[in-house]
Amino acid sequence: MTFHWTDKTIEEIVGNLLRTGVSLSAFVVFVGGVIYLARHGRAPANYRVFQGEPSDLKSLSGIVREAYGLRGRGIIQFGLLLLIATPVARVAFSIWGFAAEHDRMYMVFTGIVLVVLLYSLLGSGSAF
Amino acid sequence: MNILEFTILVAAGSFVAGLLGSLTGLGGGVVLVPLLTLFFKVDIRYAIGASLVSVIATSSGAAAAYVKEGFSSIRIGMFLEIATTVGALAGAFLAAFVSTKALAMIFGVMLLYSAYLSRRPRTRAERNSPPDPLATRLRMNGTFPSEEGGMRQYNVQRVPTGFGLMFGAGALSGLLGIGSGAVKVLAMDQAMKIPFKVSTTTSNFMIGVTAAASAGVYLNRGYVDPGLSMPVMLGVLAGSLLGAQILIKAETRVLRIVFSVVIAVLGVQMLYKGLTGGI
Repeated sequence: MTFHWTDKTIEEIVGNLLRTGVSLSAFVVFVGGVIYLARHGRAPANYRVFQGEPSDLKSLSGIVREAYGLRGRGIIQFGLLLLIATPVARVAFSIWGFAAEHDRMYMVFTGIVLVVLLYSLLGSGSAF
Repeated sequence: MNILEFTILVAAGSFVAGLLGSLTGLGGGVVLVPLLTLFFKVDIRYAIGASLVSVIATSSGAAAAYVKEGFSSIRIGMFLEIATTVGALAGAFLAAFVSTKALAMIFGVMLLYSAYLSRRPRTRAERNSPPDPLATRLRMNGTFPSEEGGMRQYNVQRVPTGFGLMFGAGALSGLLGIGSGAVKVLAMDQAMKIPFKVSTTTSNFMIGVTAAASAGVYLNRGYVDPGLSMPVMLGVLAGSLLGAQILIKAETRVLRIVFSVVIAVLGVQMLYKGLTGGI
C-alpha cells in the first residue's frame, strides 16, 4: 500500500517546519541575549540616534564570524537569520509537498512565489 | 534606563504586540512601531527593523498552530502570495515616483472606513453563496473548524478582485513599510467573502513571506539592531503563541471588534504619518 499525500499531510509538515524554525531561532536569540545582557546589561540603553549597525552585523559572513566568536550581539543576529529563513523554507518545502500531491498548478504558483521571494531577498542592496 | 530594564520593558510591550498581531492577522508592527518611537524614543529606522522581525516572528509562531488546526488555507495563501510578492517589488520600484505622504493619508482614510465596515458580521445569505467557477478551478474552497464544533464549508468569491487587492497590499508594504496585513485581511474578508477566522489566520500565514522578502535590504541598511530585536522577537513570539490559543476558541464577533479597533488605530497612525512624515 502506498502512502497518499493530502492537504492535511502538507499542513502537518508545514506546521512542524514553522514550529522547528521558530523554536530554533528563539533558542539561539535567547542564548545570545543572555550573553549580551550579562556583559552589557548595566550600560545605558540608547536608541534615540540612528547610527546603523557595524558592518560585521550587516552581512551574512560578518554575522557568522561574530556568532562563532561567541559575541552576544552576533549570536542574536544569527538567530534572526534563522527566523528570516523560516518562511523561505516553508515556501520551498511547499513545492515539494504539492509535487507529492501531483498538483502541478500549485507547484507552479509556489515556484513563482519562491523565485520572486529569492529575487527580493538576494537582489541589489541586500545583505545576502 | 539601563539595557536590562529597557530589554524587560520592550519584551513586555512586544508580548502585547504579538498577542494582538496574531489575533488580527496584522503582525506586530501596528502596535510596536508607535510604542517604540513614542514611548521608548527609539529612532524610526531601528523601530522599522524591529517591526520587520516582529512580523516574521508573529507570522511563523502563530501559523504553526493555525495551519495544524485547519484555519489557515495554504492554497489561498500560496496563490495570493504571487500577488503580494510581485506587488512588493512593484512598490519598491514605484517608491521613487509616488508621494508616500499622500498615499499614507489616502490609506489612513480607507482604513477608518474599513474599520467601520468590518465590524458587521456576515449575513446567512452571504455565508451560503454558491461556488465560484474560478475559485473551484483553483481549488480554493475549503473547510475550517466552526464555533459550533465540527467543520464548516466555505466558497471563495471574486478571486480576480482579491488578487488585485493583494497586489495593492504588496505594493503598499513596499511603499509604506507597514500596514499591508490590514489590506490582506480586508481583501479576503470583504472582497472574497472568506470566513473571518480563515481570513485573519491566512493573512497571518502570508505576512511572514512578505516581510522576509525585504529582510535582506533592511539588514544591509543597518536597521536590524540585535539588542533591540532580541526582546522584540522573544516577546512577540510568546504573545503570538498565546494569541493563537485565544483565536482558536474565540467568538468571531469579538475578533471582528478587536480587528476593527486595531485598524482604526492604524488608520489614525497613517493619517499622522501623512501629515508629519513620520510615525
